[in-house]
Amino acid sequence: MIKADSKLLSTLPPGFALHDTGEDGSQEYFLNMGPQHPSTHGVLKLVVKLDGEKVVEVVPHLGFIHRAIEKMGENESFVQYIHLTDRMDYLSSHINNLCVCMAIEKAMGIGVPERGEYIRVMVSELQRIQSHLLWWGSFGMDLGAVSTFLYGFKEREKITALFEELCGARLTMNFFRPGGSNSDVPETFLPRVKEIIQDLKFALDEFDALLTKNPIIIERTRGVGILPKERAISYGCSGPVARASGVDLDVRKHSPYSVYDRFEFDVPLGKNGDCYDRYWVRMEEMRQSIRILEQASAHFPPDPYRSKEKPNYKVPAGSYFASVETARGLFCTYMVSENAMKPYRIKSRSPNFSNLSAINEMSAGGKIADLVTILSTLDIIVPDIDR
Amino acid sequence: MISLNRFAGSVSALLKGLGVTLNYIVHPKRVVTREYPENRETLTFPERFRGQVVMPHDENNDHNCTACTLCEKACPNGSISILTTKNIASKRVLGQFVYRLSSCTLCNLCIEACPFDAIRMGHGFEMAGYTREELDLILNKKEGR
Repeated sequence: MIKADSKLLSTLPPGFALHDTGEDGSQEYFLNMGPQHPSTHGVLKLVVKLDGEKVVEVVPHLGFIHRAIEKMGENESFVQYIHLTDRMDYLSSHINNLCVCMAIEKAMGIGVPERGEYIRVMVSELQRIQSHLLWWGSFGMDLGAVSTFLYGFKEREKITALFEELCGARLTMNFFRPGGSNSDVPETFLPRVKEIIQDLKFALDEFDALLTKNPIIIERTRGVGILPKERAISYGCSGPVARASGVDLDVRKHSPYSVYDRFEFDVPLGKNGDCYDRYWVRMEEMRQSIRILEQASAHFPPDPYRSKEKPNYKVPAGSYFASVETARGLFCTYMVSENAMKPYRIKSRSPNFSNLSAINEMSAGGKIADLVTILSTLDIIVPDIDR
Repeated sequence: MISLNRFAGSVSALLKGLGVTLNYIVHPKRVVTREYPENRETLTFPERFRGQVVMPHDENNDHNCTACTLCEKACPNGSISILTTKNIASKRVLGQFVYRLSSCTLCNLCIEACPFDAIRMGHGFEMAGYTREELDLILNKKEGR
């Protein structure tokens, strides 16, 4: 066997030289995963340092879909900025819109009528469920179960069709406005939500039979990609990723916005912080969202849905902050105004960037097939990382 | 060595999952697939569906636009340009309503800004074109009023 001469073959700078690991002269090597890899769910590049099949180190490379949304926000009025947040985490677009609206409401001292708050909570929870349904489908497909993708999308379609009737769009909603929402819900909204609740309860049991109790899925997720509680906190993880590691952090529960303090729901917490816990936490979150929807649809208040509307908002000088819980975790908006129609600076804190930064911690030492599982249970949305 | 109990449990769990898929073969009514290009004639849209912006015209080819440029100001990405002209009474009227579909994000802000209901969101959703110029539309049918 020809022994590879690492000094001759290596084109890397001195500090990055890869060393021999095996007695037969085998070497560590780099592998580019993405930006066109189907399981990175978007244009994300992972540079993986491998020793055979074993992952030594994972470095995510970002910036392929950077659109400078925060900079664009500085040239647009406060209301115009709302529609840009659709394009960050496009599976939580309603909730992103809500965060910007809440920041403007805090600045202007605008209240929201009862019905408006209930619309916000119900639509946010529907959005959370549809995001988790899509995640569930793609999670199964990443692990090789193609049919789950169709089941997940079949249920999600009912919610997207409801959104289409509610605001005219299926993905980039632009529905919430300061003081309420763009328009009132159509008459068919409540009956359709109740129908969806019934369908989802049945579907979640079906999902359990398909994936949750499947021995192959359990083997591939249990004990894989463990993120300890302390590390999850130090990386700034949030949402289901942090809760699976046992971090009890949910903005809806601990600093309730809108009318979340009126509803009874639990925050599911994992014990081990492995892929199965992250899976279980999301499945349980869907059930809790259904609980909130049931309570909200039972006491849906009458008109009005929006406080006095204005085409533009001249926000007084100062800095304003609002935070919400999206399907992926903690989303914050920080805006600085100089008593003008346009913000001086807008900063968004997106959950995916922090969640992704923990990937090396989770996957180092594991196998490369587990990297796909870990990436899938992180449930990243790449446009939200780059913005 | 895999225990017999675990083996039986695994097989029954896998069969249970297969049972779900089999259920759909027995109940074809639960399948919801629609074949898009074939069902194009029968597609229905919700009332609020946001397709490309259209300007409704009445039977005399008149529209409600007064060239107030509120929609132009409301547009976040400069997709609308209102080119004005003067009519016989030297009154400022709409010359051309230029709408650039290529940069439009279908955000509905121009419709909300319009006080005269001169424009609305249409149901057109097949927006592909061969050149960028094809997507520069003029919404009003005749100049002046």
